[in-house]
Amino acid sequence: MRTVALMLTLTAAPVVVLAQTMPSPVPQNEIFTREEIGHALAAPTPEAGRTAPSIANAPEDDGQWTMPSKNYASTRFSSLTEITPSNVKDLKPDFSFSLAVNKGQEAAPIVADNTMYVVTAYPNIVYALDLTKPGAPLKWIFAPKPAPASQGLACCDVVNRGGTVSNGKYIFNTLDGQTIAVDVKTGSAVWRTQLGNINRGETITMAPLVAKGRVYVGDSGGEMGVHGWIVALDENTGKLLWRGYSTGPDAQVLIGSDFKPHYPRDQGKDLGVQSWPPQAWEIGGGAVWGWVTYDPELDMIYHGVGNPGPWNNEQRPGDNKWTAGIFARDPATGSARWHYQYSPHDERDYDGVNEQILLDMPFAGKMQKVLIHPDRDGYVYVIERNTGTVLSADPFAPVNSTKGIDLQTGRPIINPAKQVRLGETVRDICPTASGGKDWNPSSFSPQTGLLYIPHENICMDWTSAEVNYIAGTPYVGALVLMKPGPGGNRGELTAWDPVQRRPAWAVKENFPIWSGTVVTAGDLVFYGTMDGWFKAVNARTGDLLWRYKVDSGIISQPISYRGPDGHQYIAVLSGVGGWAGAIVSGPVDPRDGSAALGMVNVMSDLPKYTTAGGALYVFSLPH
Amino acid sequence: MCSRFPIELAAVLVVLLAGCNKGPQQALPAEQPSRLGVIDSALDPGVDHSLVTPDPRAAAYYNNADAVNTGKHLFQQYNCSGCHSNGGGGMGPDLMDDVWIYGSRLEQIHQTLVDGRPNGMPSWGNKVPDQQLWQLAAYVRSMSLPQTLAAQTDNTPSQTPAPVPPEADQGAGWAPPAATTNDYTTTIKGAN
Repeated sequence: MRTVALMLTLTAAPVVVLAQTMPSPVPQNEIFTREEIGHALAAPTPEAGRTAPSIANAPEDDGQWTMPSKNYASTRFSSLTEITPSNVKDLKPDFSFSLAVNKGQEAAPIVADNTMYVVTAYPNIVYALDLTKPGAPLKWIFAPKPAPASQGLACCDVVNRGGTVSNGKYIFNTLDGQTIAVDVKTGSAVWRTQLGNINRGETITMAPLVAKGRVYVGDSGGEMGVHGWIVALDENTGKLLWRGYSTGPDAQVLIGSDFKPHYPRDQGKDLGVQSWPPQAWEIGGGAVWGWVTYDPELDMIYHGVGNPGPWNNEQRPGDNKWTAGIFARDPATGSARWHYQYSPHDERDYDGVNEQILLDMPFAGKMQKVLIHPDRDGYVYVIERNTGTVLSADPFAPVNSTKGIDLQTGRPIINPAKQVRLGETVRDICPTASGGKDWNPSSFSPQTGLLYIPHENICMDWTSAEVNYIAGTPYVGALVLMKPGPGGNRGELTAWDPVQRRPAWAVKENFPIWSGTVVTAGDLVFYGTMDGWFKAVNARTGDLLWRYKVDSGIISQPISYRGPDGHQYIAVLSGVGGWAGAIVSGPVDPRDGSAALGMVNVMSDLPKYTTAGGALYVFSLPH
Repeated sequence: MCSRFPIELAAVLVVLLAGCNKGPQQALPAEQPSRLGVIDSALDPGVDHSLVTPDPRAAAYYNNADAVNTGKHLFQQYNCSGCHSNGGGGMGPDLMDDVWIYGSRLEQIHQTLVDGRPNGMPSWGNKVPDQQLWQLAAYVRSMSLPQTLAAQTDNTPSQTPAPVPPEADQGAGWAPPAATTNDYTTTIKGAN
């Protein structure tokens, strides 16, 4: 850069990079109220029983944390009680550990057999730490060395949402599309299976689900025109057992005679082809990058499906099945049992991939087997999980893109005032593209009966544009500029009562909450903020009881476990990034509001609050 | 959808593949750039003068308003904007700042477009007409020019790209950044 350096002195931009001005919040009167758009098939009947996961889906807590969701019910509830609202003020860091990767850390630390396992953002290094010794020294490091080019295919930072320990193996995915099982004793690979092809835009960022000897993995790439899929692998060999696509002919989607969707709109042959323009389903997205949940009671898996591509909806008239919805599948064969489409013909990037929490809940006078899913579209869905029938759908975040969910047809009621047209800018659409909430999971306490939803309060202006499909490049076709929702606070933690269909309490945050939550039997909820505070609030009131400032913003999944000494520990990863934090981990330029798919417009001030980092923190009471 | 561009891409590929049949000498397009003009590193061991030999093809794209404006449209049509947004980056690096990983001269940017780069930048050489890669290079170079930055009126930059002045890429070799000194015993007043 001989000449380059000199040139810079002549023509470079000013040294001080001015951030954009923060756009004004969307006015409150742009938003529908909960009473206006919340719907349920029946009135609340709390007297019919207590909301809790079944023992099959959430067995008695052994004090470990072997999968990101804690249990198959995905409650992220820890039964440990040592840390309480009265003593949490004494919580102190026990040890920390640098991850040596300064990108967004979204994973949950995993604890099994007194060892902690952490997988980092790209290059997806796995660390195993010995919890039985002071300072938790390293047992081994596994470096999978994923292809560097995969970094250019990841829409929203080079994140990884964690691994799982099962039968002596730590199983995780790499950004370049591999699933790897590492022997927990030796730290060497037992098997590696290449599943994704980066030249078609496929990466993997999700946490695999391991259940009954099978590993379930899905792809990322909804912004790259992928043909989305989920696979099952043999846990012992890594061999592919089945692959189900999200779009295309029934044979590819694994739709057969077992398929019994509840709503008539989902009944018919090859709807994954018929609901698209010719061939558009082949590049129509529907990535499976979120949470896969296994239900031992009903022997089904449930998984969300991501947004259709491209974002410009005029290039894909039709309902674009089976994108932006949820499948129930046979775990052994992949054969689809039912599907529900949250956002038919999605116009906003409302992926259907958020968590689903499996509970027994009173509804219409009796206990029902439900899954609860707070969606990108801003609604908490309560779905009867034998049949895929929506029992209720209520907004937990600001919504004006739809006017409620019609529970007879299952379709959202589109608000024509917020529909986009090519070449026109539609302003103040709520929720924004990243949703009322994104991937970061909620937790549920059977003690309080509340769901702790970490979420956003962000809206957007949207302008569609024509886009060409070129394999391995983004396939988006929209200029998005995000802005704060009503009130200006960009984040919120809402304690949601699914029976009464209303919030019990809510805590406002300046930045969107991009971390998960964990709730304990001590009635504490832990979560992190993007400016680097790790917080504990009272699970019954939301009162802030404790906080600790870490090196970098938090966007990961906190956990609670019992250490070898019998004491309760809380663990979390720092390391800001992800879609909302790309402004820091990118680096991305704050002067371009459209950068990071329009997120920079509403996050341009984050670099004033935090810098890139990445570390494990473990906390306990003095003992 | 998928309008004319993939078809155009395919047409270019067909032409190039047809060329392949004529033998190895013609396997590469006639315009395949020489690497002599492309120096990515500021370190030239044992040498105290610049090794850069400018690529003569670059000259036509300086002071060229048409090149930057055409480049702006191509930047959208080839989905460059999908990764680099309107210069601010996202999946790919920020292009409107003053950091150039692989060099800021038009021939260096062109080389990046032709070859791709290891961390995810695709290789466009042989896939689109070479003239378009030069136009794209000119637009990318323009994004961080003070004139282009000054023309930004809202939260979407790089919409009024200034032509790239030849002075931007002229220089005899490495020089210390402004507000520094080679005299390590002194401090420049007011510098920070």
